[in-house]
Amino acid sequence: MLKPDPAKQRDGAYVGQPVPRENARRLSQGRGRYVDDIAFRNLAHVAFVRSPHAHARILSIDTSAAQALPGVVDVVTGEEMKGLCTPWVGVLAHFPGLKSAEQYPLAVDVARWHGEPVVAVVGESRALAEDGADLIEVEWEELPAVVDAEAALAGDVPAIHPELGDNRAFRLEVGQGDTASAFAEAAVIAEEEFRFGRHTGLTLEPRSIVADFDPSLRQMTVHHSTQTPFQMQDVLARHFGLEEGNVRVIAPDVGGSFGLKLHVYGEEMAACALSIRLGRPVKFIADRLEAFQTDIHARDHLVKARMALSRDGEILAMEVDDLTGIGPYSVYPRTSAVEGNQAIRLMGGPYRMPNYRGELNIVFQNKTPMCQYRAVGHPIACAVTEGLLDKGARALKLDPLAVRQRNVVTADMYPHTSPTGYVFERLSHEECIASLASLMDYERLRREQAEARQRGVYRGIGLATFIEITNPGPAFYGVGGARISAQDGCVMKMEPSGDIRVMVSVTEQGQGTETIMAQVAATHLGVPLERVSVYTGDTQTSPYGGATWASRGAGIGGPAVMKTALALKANLLETAAVILQAEAGDLDIRGGAVVNRKDGTQRMELAELGRIAYFRPDTLPADFHPEMTAARHYVPQGYPFAFTNGIQASHLEVDVETGLVRLLDHWVVEDCGKVINPLLVEEQIRGGVVQGLGGALFEECLYSPEGQLLCGTMADYLTPMAGEMPDIHMAHVETPTLTSPLGAKGVGEAGTAAAPAAVMNAINDALSPFSAEVTQMPFTPERILTALGKV
Amino acid sequence: MDSLFPVTLTLNGVIATHEVSQRTTLADFLRQTVGLTATHVGCEHGVCGACTVFVDGRIARACLMFAIQAEGRDIRTLEGFAGDRRMEVLQRHFHERNALQCGFCTSGMLATAHQLLEGSPDPSREEVRESLSGNFCRCTGYHAIVDATLDAAAELNAATVAPEAEPAC
Ligand code: FES
Ligand code: FES
Repeated sequence: MLKPDPAKQRDGAYVGQPVPRENARRLSQGRGRYVDDIAFRNLAHVAFVRSPHAHARILSIDTSAAQALPGVVDVVTGEEMKGLCTPWVGVLAHFPGLKSAEQYPLAVDVARWHGEPVVAVVGESRALAEDGADLIEVEWEELPAVVDAEAALAGDVPAIHPELGDNRAFRLEVGQGDTASAFAEAAVIAEEEFRFGRHTGLTLEPRSIVADFDPSLRQMTVHHSTQTPFQMQDVLARHFGLEEGNVRVIAPDVGGSFGLKLHVYGEEMAACALSIRLGRPVKFIADRLEAFQTDIHARDHLVKARMALSRDGEILAMEVDDLTGIGPYSVYPRTSAVEGNQAIRLMGGPYRMPNYRGELNIVFQNKTPMCQYRAVGHPIACAVTEGLLDKGARALKLDPLAVRQRNVVTADMYPHTSPTGYVFERLSHEECIASLASLMDYERLRREQAEARQRGVYRGIGLATFIEITNPGPAFYGVGGARISAQDGCVMKMEPSGDIRVMVSVTEQGQGTETIMAQVAATHLGVPLERVSVYTGDTQTSPYGGATWASRGAGIGGPAVMKTALALKANLLETAAVILQAEAGDLDIRGGAVVNRKDGTQRMELAELGRIAYFRPDTLPADFHPEMTAARHYVPQGYPFAFTNGIQASHLEVDVETGLVRLLDHWVVEDCGKVINPLLVEEQIRGGVVQGLGGALFEECLYSPEGQLLCGTMADYLTPMAGEMPDIHMAHVETPTLTSPLGAKGVGEAGTAAAPAAVMNAINDALSPFSAEVTQMPFTPERILTALGKV
Repeated sequence: MDSLFPVTLTLNGVIATHEVSQRTTLADFLRQTVGLTATHVGCEHGVCGACTVFVDGRIARACLMFAIQAEGRDIRTLEGFAGDRRMEVLQRHFHERNALQCGFCTSGMLATAHQLLEGSPDPSREEVRESLSGNFCRCTGYHAIVDATLDAAAELNAATVAPEAEPAC
């Protein structure tokens, strides 16, 4: 196990140390405070009547019986809700041509997915609100549903939004070079159709909100299980006509998010609207059925792709057509174009591929809206690229490891621009592949695999090289017109006790943001870690910033904290120099005390500095005002994104009689730049890998041909559990980014990006003696047996 | 409006009487009526394990029991384990090994791990994985939870074995 190095910690070098999280101590004792744990007086609860159809017109709504039920406080239909908030449309200017329709919190006239909220019922308890919802009669006229993305563009299929003309939301072509000649010259063309089923984020804490409007001041305080308090503050202020400063969003403990908790959801907007209407706090906690029906779904791609390879396994070109269904709306405010856009741009990303053509078609359908979930677009690009590369290597009888070594962008090529325009500062593919080969003992595993095959045991080894987008700059959302900050801020103060308080705009959902910010602050300020407290997630007390998504917490929040710590240190030394009648440049702060820079002799405790600065400034020279607080902001610059890289490997066994896959081991070598806390980095990777394994093997939001969602419980939506999951072994390569003083790039999504590709390649490796292949995720026993020709 | 019925139970070692409606689950009773929020609700249909508590000394899913069924029973939540050595050692290792991220699954995991180590003080890695397989965790990928449970078992075993190893005098 990783253990902190006491000597390093004595020197105050916390960056790089596997420091456990104080939050984990608190949470392990059941002391978490999630939205649903917080007590409010006069609290009302909202429940929703939802569309039982995938696509249907609302002919009439009879709310009278619900209104008459004791314990029901209010009933609001979609039409009435229209008057309480302005509509939104999930488009941004930097996706030219992207279209979507106006949305309100509840369906108006037509419901467009199974589970869409239609009527809100407020009760004195959730149970009473649900009783009221049961009494509401809605008369429906069913409309033809567009369920399959493939059917959405057919000529005779009606447009889900007639005013938009057809069901195409967005189309994009990217590329470079001459793919036609490359395919004409190829020794081998690997061609395949890949399908990626819908799955969902399934945070264990469901979406949760308590909106509390104070009509006397027109102020709204919202406790919200969100990753992005500032984005939500902006959205709520604009759509409810409130002053931005009158909206306070507080994210308390958040029970998992993974990209799911940064979108605008009708139920949450409705809870805010109802609190404004009623002048009392209104709570909405999604139950698990509501979560399956209305949390954003993820993936849903059909990719037809081919790769041209030379005789010695060099990738000459790729051509990719990606069709993805996003449900009936592009999700606000980030749009549902980001996943597809990244999927077609990340194809072939780790490799020296000179020619590329990618086409993306995004279509509307009558299913739950689809939007960004952990590793946005990455698992698609990675599985397609890595799957085709393995297929090509098999045809050429080349070893998968060798073919990757042959094709990766090499150290001498940086900075390198991909055929789709991504610029890589410095990646470490060669070191990562070499490290993986020894970590997993690749040669031995191959020998054992061959021996096992003799015994009729079919094991597979699958590799997946990856890159991961982190630290997006303003090009990601801001230039498209979204009020989503690309920068982050930090305010840091020293209190009279000498303790340090850090307020930072990046947020915590369990990944350890607060701990790494404390490590950065303690290291650069020169104080013991236990004297630093970090506060996040409250728009009223934190500086403004983008918060935590796109693996940006460490890479953008980290340098903001580092800059602030250095600024506060300069302030403190200036005051110390005045008190000690020394030169600030001759002093330093170490171990929580002011010392002589040269020999480390202690001059004064920070608590003494605090005492004088706060309580006895009369002893200081006239006109001297001790500065005990500093504030700084950090904007990622130089490149539009940072990129991390690495490689994963899966080792598994396929039972060719039952189609069951047993995961034996999983390895990850990753390079997230400077590692601030290896304990947390490794657990981010492991957690991400298992989410990827879930999508690859188990998780699927299934629909009937009529568009009825068939998974309403965790009993019919399979998830990875401890017994089926492998141990995940890790090694690190560190290539700090030179664009930030801290050098950290981020690590939140790398695990999810490549795990499905590694598993797919391992299954196909295991099945290779049968010339069978699977390319439709999740790889269920049925799909594997079908590939084997057994069912 | 629901009618209320009295229920008398032993909750974390203290006998108490509360008023509950017939349809209130034990999980909602603990969280909303009593205010013991260490027990979480993740699915309300018995699959995720977030609501795991002890009923008469055995783990059970508080979302699958009505509060009125707790009449006369002994209910213990994570809040009731202060001073319990096995639980404290587990909690410490969960903290040190970072065996939780968001923490929403943790109370249930700890309860399950506690029962495992009570019946099987020296489990294998596979046994730990198997016995935790009724508790869903979305954040950790389980590896660290398995490590922490084994670390706790090792510490608890060292503590119980050590005195016997000392020579009699
Ligand atoms: S809440 Fe009880 S098992 Fe999920
Ligand atoms: S730590 Fe988040 S669900 Fe387990």
